[in-house]
Amino acid sequence: MNVRARAALFAIAGASTFVLLVWGLAGLPKFGHYGGPYGAVLNRVELRERHATSVVASVVFDYRGFDTAGEEFILFVAVMAVAMVLRVQREEKEAGSHARLGARALGDTSDAVRVAGILLIGPAVLLGLYVVAHGHATPGGGFQGGLVLSSAPLILYLVGRYLSFRRLNPVSLLDFGEGVGIGGFVVIGLIGLVAGIAFLDNVLPLGRPGSVFSAGTLPVINLSVGLGVAAGIVLILFEFLEQTLMIRRR
Amino acid sequence: MTAAVQAIAMFTVGLFALLVVVNRDPARQVVAMGMFGTSLAILFLVLQAPDVALSQIVVALAYPLMVLLTLSKVKERRR
Repeated sequence: MNVRARAALFAIAGASTFVLLVWGLAGLPKFGHYGGPYGAVLNRVELRERHATSVVASVVFDYRGFDTAGEEFILFVAVMAVAMVLRVQREEKEAGSHARLGARALGDTSDAVRVAGILLIGPAVLLGLYVVAHGHATPGGGFQGGLVLSSAPLILYLVGRYLSFRRLNPVSLLDFGEGVGIGGFVVIGLIGLVAGIAFLDNVLPLGRPGSVFSAGTLPVINLSVGLGVAAGIVLILFEFLEQTLMIRRR
Repeated sequence: MTAAVQAIAMFTVGLFALLVVVNRDPARQVVAMGMFGTSLAILFLVLQAPDVALSQIVVALAYPLMVLLTLSKVKERRR
């Protein structure tokens, strides 16, 4: 097919797609206009039913909790895929732990980066734990808090030697933490089944709305998801760093 | 007032996205990607979605790092 025929085909397809796009965009509701009923219904009933001041968290972990369980497994599979693809293959070998890694791993990190990083590690861990623990009361939750928590080992890698970062992150412990975190979601759901009600239904007492120990099983699910996500993201970064810095061709 | 802030945020996101695409060198694209991720997080915040903004901040941190690591490994292999 020569260039002219291809151009003609593209012109036809492009024009029809453009017409459909404009027609679809013109039929959209106005920006900022919320038309659906679910938001209004949730605003009315959620605080009474679940005592959680963050409606987003209660939708994600209670009203649509089954979908979230599936999404956590997406993260789990992604970590597993990265670990499988970046494994040590037959024609590669891993440099020993006392290897001379050269300038790239030891890095010419400036002192400003080092000081800023060291000052940031503690607040990062604290902020991550805060976001995880208050997931049902304020914006955030297990996933976001787990991500913030996982940035602490990353800062450690930025400011220090890669070898000390490696010693601080034993892979078996991270694997265990990730499995416990993501499997814990399912286990908490199964507790609902064992107690005679639906999967992922609430079994703990609903406290005073706004306090940390409220909303029943929501804080427990948040803690478990936070642990799983933090361990998973650190595992992904660890695999990438291993592949770049430690694995060499034979 | 709110509409003006939202419009400015959306325009900034579009500008940085264009910057990412227009650069041809991956190392430069990574820097542009960091700016784009931050502006997107600000847009989510302005549109009243703080959960998504939190996730976006950390993901926009981790993703350029992965690209840079891949680049350095590929360059070493080619040498």
